[in-house]
Amino acid sequence: MTFLSSLPISRELLSGFIDLAAVLLLALGIKGLAKVRSARSANGLAALAMGLAVLGLLLQIQPSAEAWLWIAAGTAAGGLAGLLTAQRVPMTAMPETVALFNGCGGMASLLVAVGVARFQAAGLDLLGLISIAVSVFVGAITFTGSIVAMAKLQGWLETPPWTQSSLRHGVNIGLALVALAGGLLLGRDPGGLPLLLLVLGSGLLGIGVTLPIGGADMPVVISLLNSYSGVAAAAAGFVVGSQLLIVAGAMVGSAGLILTQVMCTAMNRSLLSVLFGGALGAAPAAAGQASGGDAAAAYSRITSCSAEECAMALEQAERVVFVPGYGLAVAQAQHALRELARLLEGHDIEVTYAIHPVAGRMPGHMNVLLAEADVPYEQLVEMEIINPDFPRTDVVIVLGANDVVNPQARTDPSSPLYGMPVLEVDQARQVFVVKRSLGAGYAGISNGLFELPQTAMVFGDAKAVLQSLLVELRALGVGRSKVAA
Amino acid sequence: MSPLTQALWVLLLGSLLGFELIGKVPPTLHTPLMSGANAISGITLLASLTLIQQAGDNHALLLVGTLSLGFALFNVVGGFLVTDRMLAMFRSRR
Repeated sequence: MTFLSSLPISRELLSGFIDLAAVLLLALGIKGLAKVRSARSANGLAALAMGLAVLGLLLQIQPSAEAWLWIAAGTAAGGLAGLLTAQRVPMTAMPETVALFNGCGGMASLLVAVGVARFQAAGLDLLGLISIAVSVFVGAITFTGSIVAMAKLQGWLETPPWTQSSLRHGVNIGLALVALAGGLLLGRDPGGLPLLLLVLGSGLLGIGVTLPIGGADMPVVISLLNSYSGVAAAAAGFVVGSQLLIVAGAMVGSAGLILTQVMCTAMNRSLLSVLFGGALGAAPAAAGQASGGDAAAAYSRITSCSAEECAMALEQAERVVFVPGYGLAVAQAQHALRELARLLEGHDIEVTYAIHPVAGRMPGHMNVLLAEADVPYEQLVEMEIINPDFPRTDVVIVLGANDVVNPQARTDPSSPLYGMPVLEVDQARQVFVVKRSLGAGYAGISNGLFELPQTAMVFGDAKAVLQSLLVELRALGVGRSKVAA
Repeated sequence: MSPLTQALWVLLLGSLLGFELIGKVPPTLHTPLMSGANAISGITLLASLTLIQQAGDNHALLLVGTLSLGFALFNVVGGFLVTDRMLAMFRSRR
């Protein structure tokens, strides 16, 4: 400190400047994360900003020796757990991983607010109480909501039938009222019963609103909860009086809201119907009856074919497009797909992958999965760019995707999917749909693509079908010519 | 300017900045962006540190602060690393 005191700048001022630099880097980081070229360095920039922010704060508060011990303990535990989780988690489990991290961020805000309410209530004014109430409310919802989202994505938790009835709205309103009562009474006894009501009401509300939402909509929910955790951080900033926390939380909160909106648009869902409409698939059961009953029974002109026939069509093709979907990720078939693509490329067949914005388990997830399987980034083509190319495509292979290739989204105004942007694979000369059964997609809607004359179904698990395609193609001599030459 | 209005200004400008920063995002980046933004929201760790410092010798509060620091750091460290792992795969291979 003698070094600092000899400078014409106070510790306060220095940490203030460090904070400013941190905010600037955070903003640049978020901006850069939205562009492919700069994304990785932007992520590093944001991490650097976080380090600067901690440095600035430590300079300012100058922890005591005992505080340092506790800080070291918390840092070691949280940092190590984060490091191990980030390294070990498989890429296919990304949605639930983000949900878990996010929930823990919410928990941190919740704990800060509870700590202040229970042990430092003496100096609280009205603003302090409001900040604590908001921080607890949003933090608790973020935590329980994210954990429920994670459990549902992992398959640990089913959607209970009662949550699909309108009963849930009553339950949730009741829970919200409990939380509200706790918040309003917080001033009387900040550390006592009102706090308990607030924590319980908000926590259960987080469960109550997330539980009814189906797996397909979960990415939107996680994105929204991510925005909430920003709000929770900003509220915690009000609690401890940190402007840096407020500005960073606000940025994440509003950026997360925009991202949620972008995702909703890509999935043709409104945020309101995601949050209050219940699981997609429950409602269409009724809608489906009106338009032709059970989806599996509705098909009348299905052509199915073997992997051998499919391989023969591939061998003849000049241009092949793969449409990977959720089913491919579930079957862990990305590597088999990459192998097939390499084989075809060796046979001078042009191979590309058509990526729907919501392919995979959350938007952008398929790109990550294919990148992990070593598919060159240039071969992944986005929907708007590849759609005009389908008419000059010989063979399209749809792997575990359904609703995103449904032509009724373009042609049938009575379809619940109508208006959703889809991959126009029906324009291609030949379409093979690899699917385990004729079961409906997420939306529980039948797919007119399956009945088109140029479409053939290849029934089976995506990975098994891809492997037999490899065998059949090799039997046809594909890939051998290169070795001979 | 009172501390309250000052804090509200910061909140307002920060929110507007967030809205502006994410204008167009290619779908490829939705997942990494979500995960990166999520790591940033772990900035609550600043509040946890402040709480630990203010706790003095109140062990219950120290424990709450430390727990909160652990959760926040889990979010920050895990979030940034997993985002980096995803983005590292996007490198062009040609």
